[in-house]
Order: sequence, then C-alpha cells, then structure tokens
Amino acid sequence: MEAVKTLDATGLACPMPIVKIKKAIQELSSGDVLEIHATDQGAKSDLAAWAKSGGHELLKDTEEDGVLKFWIQKG
Amino acid sequence: MTVKTITTGELAKKVVNHEETLILDVRNTDEFDDWKIEGGKVKVFNEPYFNLLDGIESVERDLQKDQEVIVVCAKGGSSQMVGELLEEAGYSDVYSLEGGMKAWSEHLEPTKVADLNGGGSLYQFVRLGKGCLSYFIESDGEAAVIDANRMTEIYETFAKEKGVNIKHLIDTHLHADHISGGRQLAENAKGTYYLPPKDATDVTFDHTALQEGRDIVVGNTRVKVQPIYSPGHTLGSTSLIIDDQYLLTGDILFIESIGRPDLAGKAEDWVGDLRETLYKRYKELSNDLVVLPAHYSFAKELGKGGKVSARLGDLYQKNSGLQVDDEGEFRKMVTDNLPPQPNAYDKIRHTNMGKVNPDEEERREMEIGPNRCAVHG
Repeated sequence: MEAVKTLDATGLACPMPIVKIKKAIQELSSGDVLEIHATDQGAKSDLAAWAKSGGHELLKDTEEDGVLKFWIQKG
Repeated sequence: MTVKTITTGELAKKVVNHEETLILDVRNTDEFDDWKIEGGKVKVFNEPYFNLLDGIESVERDLQKDQEVIVVCAKGGSSQMVGELLEEAGYSDVYSLEGGMKAWSEHLEPTKVADLNGGGSLYQFVRLGKGCLSYFIESDGEAAVIDANRMTEIYETFAKEKGVNIKHLIDTHLHADHISGGRQLAENAKGTYYLPPKDATDVTFDHTALQEGRDIVVGNTRVKVQPIYSPGHTLGSTSLIIDDQYLLTGDILFIESIGRPDLAGKAEDWVGDLRETLYKRYKELSNDLVVLPAHYSFAKELGKGGKVSARLGDLYQKNSGLQVDDEGEFRKMVTDNLPPQPNAYDKIRHTNMGKVNPDEEERREMEIGPNRCAVHG
C-alpha cells in the first residue's frame, strides 16, 4: 500500500478536508492510493461516508497525537 | 456571497412556537440517523454536503426556489458552503444554522411552568438538541436549579435578569447523559450542591445529602422542595415535590416512557427498584401532582411554548410503561427494550463524580448526540 500522493489537510475545518480530498483524488488513476492527514475529528466519519458513496475504498486510518491519517484507494 | 445565518435561539423559538420549518441537514447519513433536529412543525431531510459539491440536483425536488430553508451541519462550516451553492442555484431564502448541531446541542429554552402558591415561579429549561429538562425555582430573591446542564452561564444570566441569587443546586441523580452544571454553579454562587447519597459514594468533592425527610426551602419559607427516594434509574435517584404540586421525576418517569435501569449498574439488579418506585411509591402520591421529568424523547411531548409536563394520574392511564401488571412481563419489557447507551456515558459519569476533568472542548464533544435515558415499552 504505497500512497502516490499525500494531502495535508491539518488545521482545516469541515467542509474543506473533503473538498480538497475530492479534488486530489480526481487527479489520480483508479487503484492509486491517496494518503491524507487531518486534524478535524469530524473528518473521520465524513471521509468514510464520502469514500463509500464515491466508490472509493478507505484502506486504513490511524490517529496519533491528534493527527488523523487516512489511506484511500481510488475506485 | 454570504448566506444569511440563523441562531440556535431563533431556531428554538420557531420549534417551540410550532412554526413551519424546513431543514436541510448536510451531515453524513449515519450522524443524521443517530440524531437530528425535531419538534413542533419541523420538516427535516438529509443530503450529505459532499454529495452536493458537484451539483445540487439531488435536493432540487425537495425544495422550492422561494421556500425558506435552514441548512444545518455539525459545526456550521458545511452548511455555510451548501447555503452558498443553493443561492448560486437561485434559491432566495436560505439560512445557515450558526454553530451547527454542536451549538444546537447547547441551547436551552426557558419556559415558565407556573407561579407557585408560596410565592415565586417555576421554570423549565428545555434543551431541544438533547431532550434534557432542567428546572429553576425562584422565590423571594433566591433560586434553586435542579438537574442543571453544563452551560452554567445560561442559568446565571437568567438569575440576574430575575434579580435572584442562586442558592441551591440539586441533582436528582448522578447523570450519565450530560455533564452536570450543579457543582460549577454551586462553586460560583457559594451555594449548596445536593446529591443523593447512594449516587455520591464515589464523588470526590464536597456536597450535601439529598434525602427524604430533609426538605429544602427556597427563599420564601413556603416554597418547599421535598425529596422522595425513588430508585430505579440509579440506586440513589430521588424525586422532588415542589410546592406540594409538582413532581420532578428525574430520569425515573417520563411522559411517554420510563427510565432505564442499566447506565450505572445492571438492568437485572435495578429493574426491581424501578418497578417498586413506579408501581408503589409514586402510586401513593396524589394523582393531581404535575409530573415534570428530566428528559423527553419524542418531539410530540413538547407542549405549548415547549413545555413538557403531564398529570400523574393521567400517566397512570396513558404511559405504556405504567400499564404492565405482571412483574415478570415488566422485567422483560425493560431489559429487552434497552436502547444503545448514550455517547461517552461512562466518562460523563466519572466527570460528574469529579474523578476526571476533561477540558471544555472535550466536554462539549462528550455530550454530542441524543440522551437515550428512557425505555419505550
């Protein structure tokens, strides 16, 4: 699972993380993995719901020192 | 283009005054299904904001261009953005709820229940976003607050407006669904904080025992607060009879439902207490007492001006939780119908005991979501 791109969305409040992620994933090819860093707690459930509705897969998520990390594979 | 905003106070007035209110909730669907704005003539529908980024077609069939619509999200950021998208698409009467559901969860709407015979008044504070009810008694320059919520400044401002000093803070039980403001209010006002002894065994701070036989007098010597031991939601749960007319039932008896016995112990252990309180102790009280609970669960329980109350005798006719004659059946009904437990309930209990001390932001997060203190038969 190697990310082809990392998106820093730390410090951004809803809705900006999803807006940026959506834009970033549009530039990737199907099967590519995008790594995302965020600090907005709300991003967690929104990201999972957004990925599902967009046909992408949330491969993994972690939380360390208040930074949430996500890996999403483009569908 | 900036979208017009509506405050939680303005929205609360629309809800309790039963005005037609259309809400577009743009949080993700799981959060919406878990907890949403309800009450009065509110019509609410859900479309997550991330489905609207490329176009708003999916909401167009539910919305007329000139219709008033209030957009709501978790904290107020996404609703602002969706509001702008709607305006760009030609919608002319769009509002964004300031502070989102987080702020909605914290709004308290005061409504006057009655003037008291002994002089003074009784108010109910309705927390529309969470279904919590707290009470404010004022008499002769003094006030008591019962089952106070965390947002202490709301009660303090109210006391100031009424020209009274808060003296007594009473919690009918150790709360598991919200952080009590009782301790903080008592500290600020140098007042007395009362807790039932059986709920306070692990409490780390000074307090006074709330006990049957030890009445509390608010201001005027004729306004009496009479504790009645009524276990079942917690071991210590204590009801209060105010001015010989009003029965504050805490989380034992609601208008359409009854308390749940499992948030601080085991349902099987406490269901017997609940039965005893509802089917014996309360039955010995006057049928004419007006029940004022610490929660409501259904929007339809909100009466005129948002008030939640009912005559005790009427509840013995109508409340389904009070109609089960067979004890075994009652046990089964209660233990089989337990809803999911409230968000962070164990941590909330420990905060209310003074054992942990989360910061303000975490306290706010812990309380997000519905209260779920009732069992619906």
